[in-house]
Amino acid sequence: MDFALSEEQQMFRDLFREFARKEVWPRAEHTDKAEQLSVEVVQKAAAQGFLGMPIPEAYGGAGLDYLSTCLLLEELGRACLSTAVTVAIQTALVGLTVLVAGDEAQRRAYLPRLASGEVLGAFAQTEPEAGSDVSAIQTTARRDGDTYVLNGIKSWVSNAGVAGLFLVMVQVPGENGRNGLTMFLVERDTPGLILGYREPTMGLRGLTIHTVYLENCRVPASQRLGAEGEGWAIASGALDRMRLALAAAALGLAQAALDLGRRYAAERSQFGVPIATKQAIANYFADTVTEIEALRSLVYRGAWLYDRGEDFRGLAAMAKLFGAQVARNAANRMLQVHGGYGFSDEYAISRLYRDARALDFLGGTTQIQRVIIAQDVFRELGVEVKP
Amino acid sequence: MDFELSREHQALRRLIRDFAEGEIRPVAQSLDREGRVPWENIRKAAEIGLLGVPFPREYGGLGAGEIGYCILMEEIGRVCQSTAAILGAHIGIGAMPIYLDGSEDLKRRYLPDLCAGKKLAAFALTEAGAGSDAASIKLRATREGDSYFLDGQKVWITNGPIADVICVLAVTDPALGARGGATAFVVETKWEGFKAGAPEHKMGLHGSATSVITFDNVRVPRENVLGQVGLGFVTFMKTLDIGRVSLGAATLGGAQASLEAAVRWAKARTQFGLPIAHKQSIQFMIADMAAEIEALRSLVYRTAWLVDTGRPFTKEAGMCKLLGSEIASRCIDRAVQIHGALGYSRNNPVERGFRDARIAEIFEGTNEIQRILIAEQVFREVGVRIRP
Repeated sequence: MDFALSEEQQMFRDLFREFARKEVWPRAEHTDKAEQLSVEVVQKAAAQGFLGMPIPEAYGGAGLDYLSTCLLLEELGRACLSTAVTVAIQTALVGLTVLVAGDEAQRRAYLPRLASGEVLGAFAQTEPEAGSDVSAIQTTARRDGDTYVLNGIKSWVSNAGVAGLFLVMVQVPGENGRNGLTMFLVERDTPGLILGYREPTMGLRGLTIHTVYLENCRVPASQRLGAEGEGWAIASGALDRMRLALAAAALGLAQAALDLGRRYAAERSQFGVPIATKQAIANYFADTVTEIEALRSLVYRGAWLYDRGEDFRGLAAMAKLFGAQVARNAANRMLQVHGGYGFSDEYAISRLYRDARALDFLGGTTQIQRVIIAQDVFRELGVEVKP
Repeated sequence: MDFELSREHQALRRLIRDFAEGEIRPVAQSLDREGRVPWENIRKAAEIGLLGVPFPREYGGLGAGEIGYCILMEEIGRVCQSTAAILGAHIGIGAMPIYLDGSEDLKRRYLPDLCAGKKLAAFALTEAGAGSDAASIKLRATREGDSYFLDGQKVWITNGPIADVICVLAVTDPALGARGGATAFVVETKWEGFKAGAPEHKMGLHGSATSVITFDNVRVPRENVLGQVGLGFVTFMKTLDIGRVSLGAATLGGAQASLEAAVRWAKARTQFGLPIAHKQSIQFMIADMAAEIEALRSLVYRTAWLVDTGRPFTKEAGMCKLLGSEIASRCIDRAVQIHGALGYSRNNPVERGFRDARIAEIFEGTNEIQRILIAEQVFREVGVRIRP
């Protein structure tokens, strides 16, 4: 066993931390208030190669391992969850999915642009009637010669407002449920891809989350990612990676909450002493930091499994489930430490609290994570667990 | 990073798993029912080297370090918490202080016998008036010539009635108190004036004997001072730090056993025409157990690695104990719930597991104390002292 980061990983972590502290954190409040990603932050992250972190160098990426990508997301999550989620979408959900499922032409066409930040990606799977139940997707793709014609409604598409490339999940005719699920790469300026309503959200306000309409949206057959019917498998892999990525971002948010609470508790005096000296307050820190360290061990272990090419699905679901709980507990307890000030928009902890709430459903609800974990546990006994 | 156990440690786990399944599991229920110490299994464990897992070979140990020791405690904890408590008190806190701070003479005199199981060890800190406030101990050690004379009482001593060798913390300088005035001693229970009380009647851990021990002017030769005179408190706290990692491992084993029992029963039990495993209410309890267990597993072995590589580990050790005991309690509670009334039956191992789990939130430093120690570290990192 060896739980130390390699020298290279430590060096990168320091670089990520410095970047997050200097470039991301100072703009996080503005990102929340303006309800827009900071273009500057995204450009600077792209210039550092962060948007192509796990993408091979041959396709314009940095070619780093997934553990390093998780370290990046942890540090970004510490500064701004909207930014961290954006980078997670760009790398784990979109970039790696094009790499894994795309053909050579698709990789050449999109990976360098995704890695350089020229194009931002979005993942359009959810529909009004298909959330946790992906098999209920109703958006269709009808083959017409060398093209497909897409029709349907996609909801809750994160970063739809800024994305140039959408991974769109559809049903092909003649099949139903999972068997017909198929994924397409659809560029933003494709006629028939129409940006709809933007969701006004409690937190993660840097993300522009929209409904996306596909109205006779015609794409070349060469834009199909994988074969017809392979959409389910492709999306499963993408979401497994995303869950680990989100757990890393959750870890960063929990750490940020702890840091804020710790500073406040050390400075705030009541009854003549800093409130940190009160056991009622100190207990919050003990529980929070204990959960954070357990989460950190779990996230890195999941990334390590991924980097070894082993099955990491169960562990990714556990990390996401646990990560959401740890982040929400941390934000909630540290808000309590702040007292009434924690309820004020003037204090960052209130943003963290709102942002953290999303982690229980982003990338798959907590309930679906439990189904995946239970599937893993019962598989050995031959019991099939259905959602 | 490398989260995989070395080949040696994997082999050790197989050895211990076989021993636990073959020898300990078959008697675990009867130990609990009869309140009987498993002497036979202690002997067998000694024969295959399990009583010296963490210690170097030169002292008769297996040289498997803290990682190896955590494997032992996890695997034994998985089948019988009583046996884990006996081995933990013997190895992790009984023999450990001798290994950590004992003179070469003490190590040579005691460790080989302890590793071989010729003698059993215990650790004596708690007193009637000194629980979480360990610094307020009163047991007195008075120097006369080349000897010390120990007078006083220790309570809740695991292995107290069965130990041959006990590491005892006593006050040598009342003016200085525990910090600077407490000294650790290695005491043999055959010496005159030592007496162990009757085993306590406990909620759980019935196979492990716990008692009051009294010292009535027990003469201890100077060579049996453990570490430096006046610095015994440091030795004892250091021992407890390490003990908390392996206690975390024992709770991990207990939690794992809860999960395995819950999964088996959920598959076997049919209600509404289907195994209850098909119900989300059951699946989700099991998913939460599995997630908590994997988080704990990652933390425990990472902390053991910190110990083995000489890195600071005090904060993480407290976390292993705190998180481990609470996860184990939650897991066994869910396992009982999944078993329904059958889980309340004393014929079912989960009933024993439920009673056995509770103590881990209390002993080796209550969870309240763990929280204070952890919080202290959290604030020390930013230069703030939260305790006088």
